[in-house]
Amino acid sequence: MGEAIVVTSGKGGVGKTTTTANIGTALALLGKKVCLIDTDIGLRNLDVIMGLENRIIFDLVDVVQERVKIKQALVPDKRFDCLQLLPAAQTSDKSEVTPEAMKKIADELKQEFDYIIIDCPAGIEQGYKNAVAGADKAVVVTNPEKSSVRDADRIIGLLEQEDIEPPKLIVNRIRHHMVQTGDMLDVDEIVSVLSIDLLGVVADDDEVIKASNSGEPVALHPNTKSSLAYRNIARRILGESVPLLSFDEEKGFFTKVKKFFGIRS
Amino acid sequence: MIANQQLITIKGTRDGLILKIDDQCAYENVLEELKEKLSLNALLEEDRLISVNIQLGNRYVTREQKETLKKVVRENQNLVVGKIESNVLTIEEASEWKKHAEVKPLVRVVRSGQVINVEGDLLLIGDVNPGGKVMASGNIFVMGSLRGIAHAGVDGDSRAVIAASYMQPSQLRIADAISRAPDHETEGVYMECGYLNENEDKILIDRLQDIIKKRPDISSFERRMLNG
Ligand SMILES: Nc1ncnc2c1ncn2[C@@H]1O[C@H](COP(=O)(O)OP(=O)(O)OP(=O)(O)O)[C@@H](O)[C@H]1O
Ligand SMILES: [Mg+2]
Repeated sequence: MGEAIVVTSGKGGVGKTTTTANIGTALALLGKKVCLIDTDIGLRNLDVIMGLENRIIFDLVDVVQERVKIKQALVPDKRFDCLQLLPAAQTSDKSEVTPEAMKKIADELKQEFDYIIIDCPAGIEQGYKNAVAGADKAVVVTNPEKSSVRDADRIIGLLEQEDIEPPKLIVNRIRHHMVQTGDMLDVDEIVSVLSIDLLGVVADDDEVIKASNSGEPVALHPNTKSSLAYRNIARRILGESVPLLSFDEEKGFFTKVKKFFGIRS
Repeated sequence: MIANQQLITIKGTRDGLILKIDDQCAYENVLEELKEKLSLNALLEEDRLISVNIQLGNRYVTREQKETLKKVVRENQNLVVGKIESNVLTIEEASEWKKHAEVKPLVRVVRSGQVINVEGDLLLIGDVNPGGKVMASGNIFVMGSLRGIAHAGVDGDSRAVIAASYMQPSQLRIADAISRAPDHETEGVYMECGYLNENEDKILIDRLQDIIKKRPDISSFERRMLNG
């Protein structure tokens, strides 16, 4: 049986949908059977980033209201047979999905897939509750900004009340030159405040935006840094221990970690 | 015979009168004798107020009975009731006291949007993150980073203190006093403790070791009982 992972953040626009698309793609690259669920009813994006928008026939609400079977609503990926998308409804209201319904859908999909990655809407209301209800694990995405970290902290507090494993953290859109000049929070500062395990760090990268616009998640590109970051995250999800990417510019993080353990470099 | 036995002994001290009340007889008899004794008393000629301390020994009195006792004493214009002391507590009162006198340990991170409120002292092993809040009727000790709000002495105990391994709070509150972080970014401080100054209008922060001079009674059981 597979496991369901919700990707959430509290704050909007920090990269939940981008992360969902790329983790899903990277897991599929590693040969896993993956189903992505977009729970952002009314503001669906995941299909666009995956380049699957024009293939959608049915959606999540159709499944919840039992107009169609789950299988009929799944949209297969263009590139991988083992990757499928359950799209959100664009015209319905969030209230048509309930936590119970989401749990049922996730349970059913877990029979079939290795990983269910659930893209959560921003906020902490109904949409969030629906997205979390079906999940066994959670990934919290934050940007290296105070407001984003604050909301991540709030979400982690809420997730800790759920019956799921302790959430893991992805810091997205790091700009190393800003961290070095002290104008951006650095990763160990964020991790120390949030005190949860770090799953990965993704740089702020124009390639991510380009890729999303072309409907080809960046994880498919072999040579970009952000692509490697997402693929490493996928491997960590599979349980491999992959060291954090060492960027040339990124001295801060490792020297600080060493200092912490009393090793001078 | 029994009627001759003294149920109430009166003792005069510099601070006023002490009424020692026999704890074996009936409450009604006490009231009766109290009325009698106080009316006989030559104290009536005194023109200053005298404080009366009533000692009940091993007698338990209900709230109403206490009020009646006070009323009887006050009927004499010169007398005011200072204290009513009894060796006996109800289980309810005792557990209420105990709650306020206890140190409550907690191992967790208090995150943004979360509020912890305890009776007595709080010993938090973990951080208080920005946007998180801890409150206690007594002292607050944070073994971790205090970056949110801490409110000690919420019921008005102005002698309560707030200590943290790393202190970078957005606000400190003790009893009714509030202080907030400056508007510009500041580094936090390690192993410090906040307490109220003598005028009880300003929260000061000092090295943790120095607080012992300011609050020598910090760990005493009685202090916490009294403030409970
Ligand atoms: N690592 C990155 N580098 C550069 N741009 C990024 C990165 N991650 C995300 N973005 C961009 O940030 C924007 C928001 O991303 P995304 O839609 O994934 O966020 P979201 O959290 O899903 O937003 P919402 O809360 O609206 O659902 C997008 O334009 C995306 O391309
Ligand atoms: Mg989104």
